[in-house]
Amino acid sequence: MTRGRATVLAALGLTVFLAIWELMPALGVVPAQILPPPSALPRAFEREFSSGIWFASVLLSLRNYLAGLVIGCALGVGLGVATGMSVSFEAALSWVVRVLRPIPGLAWVPFAILWFGIDPAAAIFIIGVGVFWISYFAALGAVRAVDRDLIELADAFGFRRADQKLVKVILPAAAPGILAGLRTAVGQAWMAVVASEIFGVPGLGQRMMQASNLLASDIVVIYMATMAACYGIIDTGFVALQSRLLRWKR
Amino acid sequence: MIKLDRVGLSFPGDGAPTEVLKDFSLTVPAGRFVAIVGPSGVGKSTLLRVVAGLLSPNEGTVTINADRQDNPLPVVMVFQDARLLPWRKIEGNVGFGLEHGQVSAAARRERIHAALELVGLEGYGHRYPHELSGGQRQRVALARALAVDPDILLMDEPFAGLDAITRESLQDELSRIHAATGKTVLFVTHSIDEAVYLADEVVAIAGKPGRLAAAIPVAAPRPRTRGAPESAGIAAQLREQLAEPPAA
Repeated sequence: MTRGRATVLAALGLTVFLAIWELMPALGVVPAQILPPPSALPRAFEREFSSGIWFASVLLSLRNYLAGLVIGCALGVGLGVATGMSVSFEAALSWVVRVLRPIPGLAWVPFAILWFGIDPAAAIFIIGVGVFWISYFAALGAVRAVDRDLIELADAFGFRRADQKLVKVILPAAAPGILAGLRTAVGQAWMAVVASEIFGVPGLGQRMMQASNLLASDIVVIYMATMAACYGIIDTGFVALQSRLLRWKR
Repeated sequence: MIKLDRVGLSFPGDGAPTEVLKDFSLTVPAGRFVAIVGPSGVGKSTLLRVVAGLLSPNEGTVTINADRQDNPLPVVMVFQDARLLPWRKIEGNVGFGLEHGQVSAAARRERIHAALELVGLEGYGHRYPHELSGGQRQRVALARALAVDPDILLMDEPFAGLDAITRESLQDELSRIHAATGKTVLFVTHSIDEAVYLADEVVAIAGKPGRLAAAIPVAAPRPRTRGAPESAGIAAQLREQLAEPPAA
């Protein structure tokens, strides 16, 4: 399939989707309060935007998102690499990981409130926990998979210390796997944003919950679209960075 | 100079450890090209790794006498697979051993250039390994070893994965480089003909655990011609030493 044809088909698919969505409330299949038609959204967005709430919410959530993502991924990758390089360290952590790993992000909410209060720090904690495991397992797996022959090469060329091996061979060799994990984390963190704000930390998620309680479904859709747009922009940027870092790959 | 004195090495396994080398002694004087031949699994690669310091022997001693004391890497290894780092360009791969803080960036560039020239790959510095052929990659691996200017070059079947034509041209290249640089070379190979063509002395290892079966000097003058009658005699002698005893 040519690129142009694919674009036409994609645009057609989106148009059909929007048309069905528009027609459902218009034909009375569902009430407009339950499913606001796309044509009602620009006005809803204008109201939300002109009051300044939209911009403030986006900014607050973006801050929580970035802080949680960076802290969670840094700890996850750091610990994952360390665990991947040391068999004894992995053995020491194996049961701790088994105990903590299955706890879903939402289950940390009570502790987040206890430890940080109704504060952005609590939201950052929830987001961080979510991406920690993704980046931890990605880094652990990627470091484990590094070709032993390349590590022997580092030894043969005099790089015998662990930190030299890490910089010269392990990190660059594990980079594709680590970056693939980070990309998953970049997406997953947006889902955690909503969960992290449902208990009152201001931001997109909180605004969404308020709107949903007031049955203002058009506002809910506005924030859903906002989040999709934020994710789209950040993911595109990340993919560009990723392919720049991995330009040595065929 | 390399001196192995009654070296023994075994790997721990399930139950009894596997003995790979036993009571193995060998002296390689500085500047000499010694080839090691023998069947698979006889401990040839293990022997090189012992000399390289990648494995420690359980018994005996290994002495390496470097000609110069200031070189951080007096012994360097070329592997059977080129083992280039795929994320580095060719120049970065060739400069790998020069990153111990011993040479300035300018000197490093110079040595990378000189090493690439020595293996006939000038102008390839900015490519990535996957853009090169197998033979070219093996040349890069050789350049990487030569760039650190080691006293001793260890080569573990470096041409085994190459086609016959590339292999012969790399053999000639290595002969020329050895003549020009005077490095001590310990060269492991499966091929008796390759060993006889390249080396000043051919050492045959046989048996399990590996022991020295024969050490035969090759006196033919250089540059050598392939299939010269005197090499054929030495090759025949080596084949006899390495032949499996007929099954009873």
